[in-house]
This record gives sequence, structure tokens and C-alpha cells, in this order.
Amino acid sequence: MSHTHELPAAAAWSAPVRAGRTVRLTALGDNANASVLIVGADRLDRLNIPDTLKSQMSARIKPGMVLMSDRGQALATVLDSTLDWHDCLTGALPGRLLLLELTKHGFGEADLHGCINFFSKVAVSDSASLEFVPGHATAGDSVTLRADQDLLIFISTTPHALSDLPGAGVAVQIETPEHTEDPELREEAQRALRLTRELIA
Amino acid sequence: MTVTATTVGLDTVVDAGDGALVTVPAGGRLRIVDLYGNQAVDTLFYDAHDIDNRYSAFDTIREQRAVFLTTGSRLLSTRLDELAVITDDTCGRHDTVGGACSQESNVIRYGESTRHQHACRQTFLRYGAQAGIGQRQLTHNINFFMNVPVTPDGGLTFEDGLSAPGKYVELTASRDLLVLISNCPQINNPCNGWNPTPIQLLGWW
Ligand SMILES: [Zn+2]
Repeated sequence: MSHTHELPAAAAWSAPVRAGRTVRLTALGDNANASVLIVGADRLDRLNIPDTLKSQMSARIKPGMVLMSDRGQALATVLDSTLDWHDCLTGALPGRLLLLELTKHGFGEADLHGCINFFSKVAVSDSASLEFVPGHATAGDSVTLRADQDLLIFISTTPHALSDLPGAGVAVQIETPEHTEDPELREEAQRALRLTRELIA
Repeated sequence: MTVTATTVGLDTVVDAGDGALVTVPAGGRLRIVDLYGNQAVDTLFYDAHDIDNRYSAFDTIREQRAVFLTTGSRLLSTRLDELAVITDDTCGRHDTVGGACSQESNVIRYGESTRHQHACRQTFLRYGAQAGIGQRQLTHNINFFMNVPVTPDGGLTFEDGLSAPGKYVELTASRDLLVLISNCPQINNPCNGWNPTPIQLLGWW
């Protein structure tokens, strides 16, 4: 089974994703940005960026990382990507597309948590100041996530808040693969996956 | 320790691993003193009149193009309202990327044996409850005095603190605030120098 939805630039969408399915995001143009929030199917446990980063010693999202929840569960695994840097330090513009999409599912402002800005790179200097990197993603760049438990996923294609370039759309393809293999993962990520599989996946 | 809205001024010690919920009126100054050095003070800020209008780490980072907080940093909410400004800082920089420890994240990072150790998000829940702050209202916090370098290649590390006994950070409230503090009990990494210690809260209003 496969479902593809194309979001134009400056749009938002949400979808339930069953455990084991993969979600592939593909940039439909240069300078695409997909701000993504993920909530567990229990509607309370959600993506926790700080826990995800500190347990994997990374300040960016890249292939071979497990996206972790407030409660130490694996939500999704980044199986592969044509880009090795997806911003997760600068949040989404308080534009309200994500909030509107959350509202459709009965969520509200309290659920606006740190998100991942797939396809965007914000470079960190030695002095820890930030600078948006234009041209990081080009048409055709992609990232593939595997749902490690039942999820609700929220996606906004609003251009990155630090970008003054026009954005682009993103295609979302949700599939049931015959088989997926874990990428090479840190011990902490393996632990999150194992606990999640034992408990709820 | 609990401080109510009727408190005028403040001078109290929060023990290692304990927490506090403090109401700071607009214009009030809150000073957090790292009494013994290398202590992480996990802190959240809420508009006292609407707890959905709360501190947003990533909006704060983005709007100021800076990963660390220090003197002059404006603490912004998810609505981009200014909640407070850091008006004095003898430490130099403070983390807002690393989040708060929890029992569950301790298990992921340090193994199952740490599951029932005390952790900051337990303290947040305990002290936040009286203001209606529950799990959904907990967001990515500030770690005062904590040193979490972000490197140009996108790495993240926890390092020994830059703080020292007596260093402090002082905030001026831009509106009526609830300040939720967990004086971190973490013993598994160097953020507390492996030894959590008390802090002092001083307030002028
Ligand atoms: Zn802690």
C-alpha cells in the first residue's frame, strides 16, 4: 500500500502513520522546507528534540538517528536522506499553519513543541551564532523516516523562518515496506528502539 | 519550596534536587545564584495569566540567532512575546538546547539502572501542578549555568560547567511570570560536576 500527497509551498497537512510504515519526504523544488511535529498515537507523547539530540550527541538531524519522545520512546527512525543536515534548533515560524493543523486533531498551543525543519540548514559558528544556509536543498532531495510506533505527523511547508527565498512544495509518500533494516545506530538509539518494540510497537 | 504571589521580595535556598514555583511580577528582578558552582538550574517561564503563553527555546534561539543565552538575551514565548530579559550574568552563557532530564531519558542515556533516580521533569510536574502546569505544558527549558557546546559541524556535547561558586544570573520580568525551577538532581553527567548542590533565589519587587 502506498499513499502520496503533494503539499504546495506554504501549506500544512497531517496524517496518521502506522508503526512499520515509511514516510518519504521529497523536495519538489529548490529551498523546500518541511517543518514536522510528531505525536505518538496516545496523543500525549511527542517528539522531544532535546532528548533526541543529547542522547545522540548531535545538534542536527541526520540519517541513522532515532527521533525520541518525551517518554523515552522511539517515534521514528531516519533511515536515509540525501542530506546529512536537517535543522532542529530554530523551530517553526509562529505562523500558525502548524497550529491550525494541530487544532483539527484537538490539540492546541500547549502542543507546539520543538520541530524538525527538514531540508533546511542553519549553520552554527564557533561563537555559536546562527546563520541560515541558502541553497542547502534542491529539487529531488529526500529523507525517509520509519514509524516505530503508531504516529500522528504534522507537516508545514512554510519557508524556513530565517530564509528570505521563496519556498517549495514537498511530496509525502507513505508506504508499507516489505522489510526495513535498522541503520547503524548509537547504543542509546538502539535502547530506545528496543524498549519501544517491547512495549508498544 | 513554594512562594506565593503575595511574597514581596525573595531570599531562599533551593536544595539540590528540589524545585520551586515562583511568581515574579512585571518589572521584578529574579537572581539565581549558583552557590557552590557547576549546578544546572532547569527553568521554565510562563505568562502568569495564560500558561499557554510560555517560554519557547527555539523561538528564542532563532529570533536572536544565538544558541546560548547571556546578558541581553530576551526570553520569548511561542507567541513571540517577551517574557523576561537577562539583565545580569556573571557566568557568561547558559544552555537552552539540552532540555531537562527525565527518568525516561536517563534510561535511554545511562541505562535501565537509572530509571528510578530522581529527575527534573518529575520536579517540574510536582511544583507545576499547583498552577495547572502538567505534562503537556512542559516544554524545552533553559539550563542556567549549564555548558552544552554546539559545534560548527553540528555536534553536541555536555561539558564541565563554566560556572563557579557565587556566580549568578539575573532576570527582569517583562510581564507577570510564573517561574518553574528544578534544581537538577542529575548525577550521571558532568553538568552538575557529578554532585548536585543547592542554589539561592533572590528577588526584588
Ligand atoms: Zn535535570
